[in-house]
Amino acid sequence: MSQDTLFDKVWDLHKVSRLPGGSDQIFIGLHLIHEVTSPQAFGALRDKNLKVKFPDRTVATVDHIVPTDNQSRPFKDNLAEQMIETLEKNCLENEIRFFNIGSGNQGIVHVVAPELGLTQPGMTIACGDSHTSTHGAFGSIAFGIGTSQVRDVLATQTIAMNKLKVRQIWCDNKLSKGVYAKDLVLHVINKLGVKAGVGFAYEFAGPAIDELSMEERMTICNMSIEGGARCGYINPDEKTFNYIKNKLCAPKNETWDEALVWWKSLKSDSNSIYDDVIKFDASKVEPTITWGITPGQSVGINQQIPFLEELSPNDQLVAEEAYEYMGFKPGQSIKNTPVDVCFIGSCTNGRISDLRVAAKVLKDKKVSNNIKAFVVPGSEKVATEAKQEGLDKIFKDSGFQWREPGCSMCLAMNSDKLIGNQVSASSSNRNFKGRQGSPNGRTLLMSPAMVAAAAINGKVSDVREFINQ
Amino acid sequence: MKSEFTPPVGKISHISGKCVSLIGNDIDTDRIIPARFLKCVNFDSLGKSVFEDDRKTLKGSHPFDLTENQDASILIVNSNFGCGSSREHAPQALIRWGIRAIIGESFAEIFYSNCIAIGIPCFTLPKKLIQNIQKFNNSKSLFLEIDLKNCVVKSEDLSLNLEIKESSKKMFLSGEWDATATLLENSSLVDKKFKALPYIKFCRV
Ligand code: SF4
Repeated sequence: MSQDTLFDKVWDLHKVSRLPGGSDQIFIGLHLIHEVTSPQAFGALRDKNLKVKFPDRTVATVDHIVPTDNQSRPFKDNLAEQMIETLEKNCLENEIRFFNIGSGNQGIVHVVAPELGLTQPGMTIACGDSHTSTHGAFGSIAFGIGTSQVRDVLATQTIAMNKLKVRQIWCDNKLSKGVYAKDLVLHVINKLGVKAGVGFAYEFAGPAIDELSMEERMTICNMSIEGGARCGYINPDEKTFNYIKNKLCAPKNETWDEALVWWKSLKSDSNSIYDDVIKFDASKVEPTITWGITPGQSVGINQQIPFLEELSPNDQLVAEEAYEYMGFKPGQSIKNTPVDVCFIGSCTNGRISDLRVAAKVLKDKKVSNNIKAFVVPGSEKVATEAKQEGLDKIFKDSGFQWREPGCSMCLAMNSDKLIGNQVSASSSNRNFKGRQGSPNGRTLLMSPAMVAAAAINGKVSDVREFINQ
Repeated sequence: MKSEFTPPVGKISHISGKCVSLIGNDIDTDRIIPARFLKCVNFDSLGKSVFEDDRKTLKGSHPFDLTENQDASILIVNSNFGCGSSREHAPQALIRWGIRAIIGESFAEIFYSNCIAIGIPCFTLPKKLIQNIQKFNNSKSLFLEIDLKNCVVKSEDLSLNLEIKESSKKMFLSGEWDATATLLENSSLVDKKFKALPYIKFCRV
């Protein structure tokens, strides 16, 4: 059993009681909600005649269902309109702060909370969404919960949960030029498998992680869940504190000093005990792309799609399914695979630094003919900042469509969808069958820079050839 | 179907009511509540849509449409009931229609745990006995009384021993099936924790 890791410390700090059934009752410091998983929870509260216990520990925004072309109300999609109205009503009735469209702070919940300074070290953070793991980048313990747990957090500010084990993922050296956090995390998931993290929290550490910016760290923690770990985190450091400083909800003046003292005390001890430790060499990671139907099925840009015999017996079944669904042959190289749609966005890679990297690749270049390319900023703040820097213009000049913030084609709950068996180069996090809106649509996950490179060439390309020019 | 919905709360030890039989193996969650009802903002409207497609096909002769079954609360099913997706919408639709307990030959695992989580005990009986009840229920409406502690079901002229997982039984008798209620019991501890956390004042929502 792990001891004295950040996870242990934060868990113990938030433990309210040991329940008779054997799980722990854990206090949730920050609860984030959105339109998709909260309405039934509010309904359950009404059924049981219960009130929201701490309305000011919950924050709402709207992201999954919002259209990214025309956001004027009412939305064209009746159901989407009904969902946003329900959220508006629930927040109003329960006095929950809601960052609605046009507030300047709306966006994907996992992009918004950090940029508002809500996400801070040492907290427990829960949201009815599996990518809540993102917030662990700040040294908080953050995880996704189901609708009935959303209800429990609203009613009691706690949930019943079993403590996770802790696996340290140590990343030595540093990423080489043109290789990004997305590549590293895809690489890690490929090596460990998509189920390896079940029952674990992943602590990402080592020189390569220290080197990453806060936004890159969020990309890493965001995808912990794709490796099966409900929660991923990174010990906070100066970068963390600097990122939070001066944000809207960040502590100010004397409270800032006080916060800083506490935050600095929060990290895994040098002699802490882990349930497991795995080491990686970040300098060996190449730009990485998924070729299959799970985020674990990926290869480096210069590698071939694996043969069945190269895979472990456990992975062979899903590999066969993947060859068939994706239309790939074992041994085929991933490079030069033609793509139809290029999507930059999502809570994995829809932040300002992602847009900057992609824009740099696209500057003075054109998107290849017949490619539909669009960029969906992760939040209104990201969009504003990008416009101030002229990134929107670079994108538009290159042939990318510039859209309004939301989840968009990450899961295609709005009208942004693949058609037929189109192939998308996507900066998002899931390549499951049908994930991007068409039952036979195909998704290749990659970094935003690689999406930009694919857009220019109309096929999977090595972005390093662009940035070294 | 009952018009007002009040969910079960706390300890559950007795359930009584008329029963409604639904004959067939492998009735999946898609049949219980068709997928198009998943994009919904609350579970309230699910009660009236339970088995919607099956009921449309049977034009009024589905057990859930028969007048004599309208106030039934105990559902009698056959094997592998609730197979298919993990959606909580299926038991939610049943409970909102008025179902408070299910007796069947066997249940799909996730459906079973979803039922427990919302307060519907699911019991099993051997195939033969289920069929007998279903036959009997078809000729006249049957009023059953379930005693969870002793795991027996009784009516005027029958008494049978029911099976239920020991852990589920304990959860119903103690009220622990209701996670919210269990967590609420420690309300004062939660308040104490809230006050003790160093960061509450750092992060102003
Ligand atoms: S961007 Fe995608 S993964 Fe992230 S919250 Fe939205 S739908 Fe989920």
